[in-house]
Amino acid sequence: MSGSIIVFYLLALLTLVSAVFAVTSRQIFRSAIYLLFSLIGIAGIYFWMQYDFIAVVQIIVYVGGITVLIIFSIFLTQQAGELLPKQKMGRQVFAAMAVFCSFALVMLQVFKNKFIPATGEVVQPNISAIGEKMLATTEGGYALPFELVSILLLAALIGCIVIAMRSASFLTETDKK
Amino acid sequence: MIMPNALYIALIPLLPLAAFVILGLFGTKYFSRSAGIIATLLLTVSTVLAFYAAYSYFFEYGKVDGAYTKVVVFKYAWLQFSGNLSIDMGAIMDPSTAMMLVVVTFISLMVHIYSLSYLKDEKRFATYYAFLGLFTFSMLGLVLSSNIFQLYIFWELVGVSSFLLIGFYYDKPSAVAACKKAFIVTRFADLGFLIGILVLSYYAGSLDFITIIEKLATPESEEVHAAMTASFLGLTALSWGVALVFIGIAGKSAMFPLHIWLPDAMEGPTPVSALIHAATMVVAGVFLIARLYHVFSMSQPILHFIGYIGAFSALFAAVIACTQTDIKRVLAYSTMSQIGFMMLALGISGADGNKHDLGFTGGMFHLFTHAMFKALLFLGAGSVIHYIHSNEIKDMGGLRKYLPVTHITFLIACLAIAGIPPFAGFFSKEAILMAAYEKNKIIFYSALATSGLTAFYMFRLYFNIFWNKEPHLHSEHRGEGGFAMLLPLIVLAAAACTTGFIPFGHFVSADGKQVSTELHWTFSIAPVVLALAGIFIAMSFYKTANNKAERLAASMNGFYQSAYHKFYIDEICLFFTNKVMFGIIGKSAAWFDKNVVDGMVNTTGNGTAAFSEKVKAFQSGKVQQYAIYFLVGVIGLAVIFIYLWK
Amino acid sequence: MLMSIELILNSVNLNFIAFNKYVWPNRLDGVFFSIFIIAIAAAEAAVAIAIIINLYRSHQSIDVDQTEEMKY
Repeated sequence: MSGSIIVFYLLALLTLVSAVFAVTSRQIFRSAIYLLFSLIGIAGIYFWMQYDFIAVVQIIVYVGGITVLIIFSIFLTQQAGELLPKQKMGRQVFAAMAVFCSFALVMLQVFKNKFIPATGEVVQPNISAIGEKMLATTEGGYALPFELVSILLLAALIGCIVIAMRSASFLTETDKK
Repeated sequence: MIMPNALYIALIPLLPLAAFVILGLFGTKYFSRSAGIIATLLLTVSTVLAFYAAYSYFFEYGKVDGAYTKVVVFKYAWLQFSGNLSIDMGAIMDPSTAMMLVVVTFISLMVHIYSLSYLKDEKRFATYYAFLGLFTFSMLGLVLSSNIFQLYIFWELVGVSSFLLIGFYYDKPSAVAACKKAFIVTRFADLGFLIGILVLSYYAGSLDFITIIEKLATPESEEVHAAMTASFLGLTALSWGVALVFIGIAGKSAMFPLHIWLPDAMEGPTPVSALIHAATMVVAGVFLIARLYHVFSMSQPILHFIGYIGAFSALFAAVIACTQTDIKRVLAYSTMSQIGFMMLALGISGADGNKHDLGFTGGMFHLFTHAMFKALLFLGAGSVIHYIHSNEIKDMGGLRKYLPVTHITFLIACLAIAGIPPFAGFFSKEAILMAAYEKNKIIFYSALATSGLTAFYMFRLYFNIFWNKEPHLHSEHRGEGGFAMLLPLIVLAAAACTTGFIPFGHFVSADGKQVSTELHWTFSIAPVVLALAGIFIAMSFYKTANNKAERLAASMNGFYQSAYHKFYIDEICLFFTNKVMFGIIGKSAAWFDKNVVDGMVNTTGNGTAAFSEKVKAFQSGKVQQYAIYFLVGVIGLAVIFIYLWK
Repeated sequence: MLMSIELILNSVNLNFIAFNKYVWPNRLDGVFFSIFIIAIAAAEAAVAIAIIINLYRSHQSIDVDQTEEMKY
């Protein structure tokens, strides 16, 4: 039982517990905070695996960006203080069963499969290697997906503006009536 | 053999078809007044061509080795089923065909001319001529057919034309009922005909007339052997084939018991009755027997049966005709009686194995002469009806002063049908009676009795119309009818006088060789005397108004009443149709259709609707439910792909 | 509900990275997949927020059980 294994289990525990509380909590703001902790736990696991780049990207984008976005939207829709309705018993049971079934399925697969580590030299995931690979156009390069993702981001940006703008014009119309 | 240069024969039926198409499509709009002239002109050309074709056949190319044979004029393959089974369309020339071409076109021409005047006030003038054209086309196609399937097509077409023409006055319910009855009875008989066609063509391996006759008429051929050995309920297959064909013939030619449609068919216009129900359509059956004569004669029981049916129908119809009071009905039963004569002549021919005899020739000769004088009788009756505006004998009488031409021609026709020399009917009836005397004494005596009755009832009709008493006349006297009505009467009367002298045996006989038809004076004395006796009895009953006839009828009251009601055959048929067919078969079929068939469809519809109600709930609009379905689907697919996919 | 989606995407990311580190250390594919997934998740979250705001304006609440207008 080395120290790293203990650290791993602690981080995993943090992540899972936060996640469970995030989806079952009845106050939405607390739910957002639990999500925050869950994401931080995952970033910790990345750090523990020594994939620094990914960990940092996770913190910047997820924790700093998305969670803040969620919290902003909660405030904008003025739901912070109210209680979410308690779900019907049928739904709860069904959800629990669904979780259990999926968990069982995945675990079964995991234990049945024999994971054969590949041979070959280990590539360190440092930034220079990642950057080289991302913009490479040879075999194993990711230049094309990179461009596509940038287009996707552009589309998302424009889409958000359009959705938000339409609601504004809709609002002015209803004001006029 | 195939005649190369004979396409003019194809024009003979095609010209009336053109008349039908043109007048049918454009007649009421453009040609409503001139339709008659157009149709008549086309038919005149057709008649001339038909006469030329007959002349050319009989005198130029038909005679091969001293006998008239069937000559294929043209043919082309229409439906090819397999290597050796194909239905060809084509035309065939043969003594009977040549004769029928002349008869059909000539009588049709007379009727066309007559209708120019008879129906000139009719609104649907063009339609009438269109239907006449269709009928003429169908009949000509029928006689020219080179294979039995083509003949069946034209047979049905003739039935359709008859239906259209009988029901021409479609706003009269009696006309509608009559045309339905005619079509249904003949259609029912044609079912037998179709099965007969199938049987015969199965054994002969082909539908062609020439091939069928070749294969099935020579006693040594193996097809005949196969057909004779296969038997069913005691009759050989060959006999069944011809018997079934005869059922179709009996329907079309109004033999007992399928005769019920013929009297009712008189609801059509009188020229139609002259054309269809006297001279042409009803003899299609006789023509078919003549065509397939060699095959029929291979089956002696059936041929005898045909003879007896013919004789019985003749006597039956003659008895009924003595009591009827509607002029057209009398003529209808007279037609049935005369066709019975033709049938019995064909039936007894060859009865003792000798085909070179008088029966076949006599039957065909009688067909020819009968067409002439029966058409004349009907057209004359039309003239009388046109004048009196009624069909009943009791409204007529003493018309000889008012309708002179009609009177003389009607008298000539009556003398002809009674068999008085030198008119046409004498010669043809002579031939039939002589053949019957040689072959079958029972049929001979019954035919003799029938011809006596024929003379009696025809002259009963004649004296009642033209002598007897004074008529009821309408205030407007239109005179006898225009030139167009009188010309055909005169022409047909001339034909009735002269056609008796044609040496028919030179042209038409069973095996193509010449049959001598010289007269045996001593033999013919008996029938002529009997006919004269009939005439004198009729004269004494009906020439002047008296009640001898009523007293005679009263003394035979029971028999008279049933004869007057046509022996209740119609009532029996109606009972059968209503109670049995509609009640039992019709009702159960209707129940089945409504509950089972409709029920299945309705259940499918209702079931689908109910199912869709249940499934509707899936689309609830709630996003989270959709998410659940998503999850369930993913799990399911994962399970399938991981565990069950091989 | 949005948060649940974020959690799911994160779990997938973790899986990819883990596989990359322990099963195929000679390639970097898992890393790249994760980067792209993060990027796409961010975009999707932004769009989702916009939709939620829109929804709030028309329904005055963000309870998805009340948005049943696409019902049959």
